[in-house]
Amino acid sequence: MKTSQKKQEKLIDENGIRLDGRKVNELRQLKIEVGILGNADGSAYIEQGKNKILAAVYGPREVHPRHLALPDRALLRCRYHMAPFSVQERKSPAPSRREMELSKVIREALEPSVFIEYYPRTSIDLFIEVLQADGGTRCAGITVASLALADAGIPMRDLVAACAAGKVGGQIVLDLTDVEDKGGEADMPVAFMPNANAITLLQMDGMLTGEEFEQTVNLAVEGCKQAYQLQKEALKAKYTTAKEVVKEEGVEE
Amino acid sequence: MPVFYERRQLVTPGDLLAENDYMTGENTYRENGKIYATRVGLVEYEERRVSVVALKAFYIPMVGDTVIGKVIEVGLSGWNIDIRAPYLAMLRASDALERPFKPQRDDLPSIFDVGDLVIAKVVAYDRTRDPLLTILEPSLGKITRGQIVEITPTKIPRVIGKKGSMVTIIKQETGCQITIGQNGRILVSGKTPEDERLAIMAIRKIEQEAHTSGLTDRVTEMIRKEKGEKEVVENVTKETRKTD
Amino acid sequence: MSSTMTARIKQKRIAQLVARGKRLDERGPNDYREVQIETGLIERAEGSARIRLGKTEVLVGIKIEVGEPFLDVPNEGVLTVNAELVPLASPTFEAGPPDENSIELARIVDRGIRESKAINLESLCVEPGKRVFVVFVDVYVLNHDGNLIDASALASLAALLNTKMFNYEVKEGEIKIKPGYTPLPLRNHPVAVTFAKINDKLIVDPWLEEEQVMDARLTMTVDKDGKICAIQKGGYGYFTTQQILEAAATVTVKAEELRKLVVKE
Repeated sequence: MKTSQKKQEKLIDENGIRLDGRKVNELRQLKIEVGILGNADGSAYIEQGKNKILAAVYGPREVHPRHLALPDRALLRCRYHMAPFSVQERKSPAPSRREMELSKVIREALEPSVFIEYYPRTSIDLFIEVLQADGGTRCAGITVASLALADAGIPMRDLVAACAAGKVGGQIVLDLTDVEDKGGEADMPVAFMPNANAITLLQMDGMLTGEEFEQTVNLAVEGCKQAYQLQKEALKAKYTTAKEVVKEEGVEE
Repeated sequence: MPVFYERRQLVTPGDLLAENDYMTGENTYRENGKIYATRVGLVEYEERRVSVVALKAFYIPMVGDTVIGKVIEVGLSGWNIDIRAPYLAMLRASDALERPFKPQRDDLPSIFDVGDLVIAKVVAYDRTRDPLLTILEPSLGKITRGQIVEITPTKIPRVIGKKGSMVTIIKQETGCQITIGQNGRILVSGKTPEDERLAIMAIRKIEQEAHTSGLTDRVTEMIRKEKGEKEVVENVTKETRKTD
Repeated sequence: MSSTMTARIKQKRIAQLVARGKRLDERGPNDYREVQIETGLIERAEGSARIRLGKTEVLVGIKIEVGEPFLDVPNEGVLTVNAELVPLASPTFEAGPPDENSIELARIVDRGIRESKAINLESLCVEPGKRVFVVFVDVYVLNHDGNLIDASALASLAALLNTKMFNYEVKEGEIKIKPGYTPLPLRNHPVAVTFAKINDKLIVDPWLEEEQVMDARLTMTVDKDGKICAIQKGGYGYFTTQQILEAAATVTVKAEELRKLVVKE
């Protein structure tokens, strides 16, 4: 629910600095770790501002129930879920309508990146758990889920990075926090696959003129590109340590 | 002849590896004349072909592969076997028994029961059906002793080595029998549990350092060192290991 | 049980035509199917409308009841949108709790009405923190022949315009119904326009078989001043930034065309 005009004035001050000290086009601090769960075929963890989100992949594996299997491709299933303690007021563990919608759009954001046609009659099951939420969880969820898929060794066309942009206090800003989303004029989550220049998730709620819309989309894509670089670094970091260990022992490549 | 990485550099899915003239090798794909990586791994450029040696990938069955599987279900005319692939494999009674299968007389669980391990060969597999196995060849059949090591399937070639050089060294140094399943499972069977442990250690080291050179020598050295230490010190309570 | 899956030959034909700027039913890429509107057909509802968009048929009923406000907005009425993909509407719809498609549909329609502030929710407050009016928008899909989103959003708008609230007064803390009705005041008229991408071309108002061929769809909800108040991309494919801006450029005109059919000045 959007609150009254008064609150908006406090979200960005005269110098263009936001409540958490960021400038209007600044992404929140991102910390990513890949391959942190023992049982899942692939996994990753992200902290973006106060967001803490875990993603895990099982698959490709046999589909249960069997009748859902597709003859010519893998079935990608996605479950976006928020832990009861992830938000200010405890949320019931039962899946809400919002979680069901987000599970759908997140799946649709990631599917173009996976070579599902290589594994007919299997399922690839993706689980996104929001442990702590502060706005932009579907975007951080997509960013970390993409890494979990790569960590599982599932062939992909590209990584998918996501970031939201919006309008807060009359200005177009990048990566809204929960307070900014609730008190601002518009919020637009975007997911982007750079090689194909493809936008795989696009939603908006709020009010934007045509011109503001164009600015917001472009800013969100810029944010996605930044997140994309961090994804690659996190993925490489997991495997670089193995190489470094060998280097220390004085062995040449 | 544009290439964008050096040999053996670490690449991630979506990294642009080459343009135009190159052919696509393993773990790559072509789009609009550009070749990209599909998995995390080390890029290799050979002649006119670019490929990625994946650091992590799951096993996809190939006809002719030797695999080590676990029986997870006994059916009416065969067994369902888990071979660590996206697809469950099937071993029909007719591919397990020398003589014709007689449902009234033959009790399948007494031949193989849930939890049994088998060495088998893939006889059929395509996009439309699950892989079919057979054990009707010498050196295939139920596993009765030894230990199983599971490693990423992509590292299996390294464990085998050029013309079997690596696995031969491990066999020689530890005295163990080693059966390698293409699906990332290795059976180690030695005269003593200690011998088996040495072989397993060697395999784990190879898995960790698969992408380096000079590995054969280091593995030999490690096994000998471990054996030597054990002989000198009678009561070893804590062993330092380079791996694990 | 009949299959709704289009034969591959036909799918190819549809894609080829779209690439050349044509469509199987001879519409242009920016043409909507014929729209038929009927309002006030359900007397028991406070408002109702049925829209036929080509062969797609959606019925929306509006009920207004007394309820409790949300804790964080104690002086506002409540808007709740629900959609049902009724089994008789398509061989692919099954009875049961709402699935992801009906939930997505409801939430897109909801966002259009809510973000455009079409209903003055504060005017629906009876007693702050205690009692408010709840507006139930129930979308009932009767026949699925493609583009349920635009049909549902338009039918919802038509139903809201048709909605009359009973007159009332609050006496001794009780809501007493008085004779007569007052139309529900609407401050905005949100309209949804959906594009489908086939063979890298955008077409408006995809019908069922075009939906089976499309890579992805993009819905933009536009208010009466031409501002975008909701967007939803759906489907397994993607759009380039260019295509999205292209859609945004034509959406206002298309929304106005649809709006004129429903809003009589």
